[in-house]
Amino acid sequence: MAERRPFSVTRLPGFTAIALVTFALLYAPIVTLVAYSFNGSESIAVWGGFSWRWYGIAWQNTAVQEATVRSLVIATAAAAIAGTVATLAALGTTRTDRFRGRTLIYVLVNQPLMVPEIVTAVALLIFFSGIRLATGYAGLGYLILAHSAFCVPFAYLPIRARLEGMDLSLETAASDLYADRFQTFRHVTLPLMAPGIVAGVMLAFIISLDDVVITEFVKSAGQDTLPTYMLGQLRRAVTPEVNAISTALLALTVLLLTMFFLLTRKRD
Amino acid sequence: MPPAGTPATTEATIEAGRIRRNWLLAAPALALLLIGASGPLLIVLVYSFLEPGDYSGVIWKFTPRAWFEIFLKRDIFDGTLGVADAHLTIFWRSVRLSLLTTLITILLGFPTAWFIATRPRSQRALWLFLITIPFWTNLLIRTFAIMEVIRNQGVLNTVLLQAGLIAEPIQILYTDTAVLIGMTYVYLPLMVLPLYAAIDRFDFRLAEAGYDLYASRLQVLRRVILPLVRPGLIAGSILVFVPSLGAYVTPRVLGGGKNMMIGNFIELQFGQGRNWPLGAALSMLLLLIVMAALLVYVRVSGRENPHG
Repeated sequence: MAERRPFSVTRLPGFTAIALVTFALLYAPIVTLVAYSFNGSESIAVWGGFSWRWYGIAWQNTAVQEATVRSLVIATAAAAIAGTVATLAALGTTRTDRFRGRTLIYVLVNQPLMVPEIVTAVALLIFFSGIRLATGYAGLGYLILAHSAFCVPFAYLPIRARLEGMDLSLETAASDLYADRFQTFRHVTLPLMAPGIVAGVMLAFIISLDDVVITEFVKSAGQDTLPTYMLGQLRRAVTPEVNAISTALLALTVLLLTMFFLLTRKRD
Repeated sequence: MPPAGTPATTEATIEAGRIRRNWLLAAPALALLLIGASGPLLIVLVYSFLEPGDYSGVIWKFTPRAWFEIFLKRDIFDGTLGVADAHLTIFWRSVRLSLLTTLITILLGFPTAWFIATRPRSQRALWLFLITIPFWTNLLIRTFAIMEVIRNQGVLNTVLLQAGLIAEPIQILYTDTAVLIGMTYVYLPLMVLPLYAAIDRFDFRLAEAGYDLYASRLQVLRRVILPLVRPGLIAGSILVFVPSLGAYVTPRVLGGGKNMMIGNFIELQFGQGRNWPLGAALSMLLLLIVMAALLVYVRVSGRENPHG
């Protein structure tokens, strides 16, 4: 029998090539988008040299300013609310023996990950339009409530992961040294969970900032967030201004993600 | 000093207190989700059994009409019932594009996940990070990026034109192909990540052993590797198929007005269509399909990994 080349799992024929092409395909459109946002030319088809022009135009657009502030207000409120309730829920569902209903809590908390967004959007549209009709209230509350709800699992999962990986002996040591339950929680448990909470709140913030579908259905007139504003712009024509906003949002996401990875990195 | 209970009752009291504490801690999250996510789903169910109002909204009268309307239509001239082909076209497009998206993400995602899992440990985090960045990037921005590439004056057409491969721009944008490209692009990370998790746990010595025992490369792939990474493959397929089926943004932006998928058709019922009950029934149908897919997944993964 002919001598066979020794088998190496790292060199399966074609796999490396496909993988590298996939990475290139993943990044090429994003790079294109970023490049176009710096295009000085009026026409989208011609490269007119590097320029910050479209950023300036976006920055001075009052509709963009208002949408940005609205997006940040909603994301901050939603991340704070989701982070708080998720922290409490994580404390109630980890480091405890199985109890009746724990699976039910898991399912309910993670429900937004399972139900298609369009279905939740329709449900909230019907529900909130009924409340709006009955109470006359048309403020940002609906959007904040909706965003808080679908952000809960994104805050919950990193916090739970952190709690499950925590060393119980430190808390036992604290209570052995006569710390009461509140002191133990305040000075031992909470600082230990902090990276998980920060990570969860950051994910919730990103998720809220990115949402299009639910916001599009729930918002009242004149309540555009940055993504729904961009979606509205796309209906007409491609503008480099939208490229500039996209690039700015992208930069913010990458920044938050890098921080998230540094926070949740396992120490060797 | 209070009289001490028997050890059994004391333990039961502590246990009950602990469970009550757990429920109290979870209560705010559950209340928020009941108001802002789960509860309103019941209203949709109720609405799907009501009559549509004249302009929008509903008339509070029970009728299963909306559920029949999903598949059937009444002829406006002679009043006979027929199959609603326009609806079926939209369902078929949604299912077909979602299946194709799943298939293409497997073909691209499997080698990619394999590549990452076989890098030296120190490099893996970086490659994974490169997959996660697009994953967390705004879906609208990614869809928009694809639009920049495939539109008539976009990068793809410009490059092909200048290379002399085509004489005039290919119309990709606002076709089913555009939606397929877009969904593959936005959901690819959802395939790579679970596949990576499965391959990462795979003992590569098994593949080498199979090869040493004179199995061909294809046999190693089919008999050794595929069965072991199957859970990851199933998880990835569900994670890609489910959001594809309910996609709204990608078909709206890349498909234009004509190439609707179920998600856009649902929206239409609440906008110009002014048929809230039909929209509600379609939403419930979509939810049922997704739940069925998740149930299959839980079943299959539970059987293959009974302790995890």
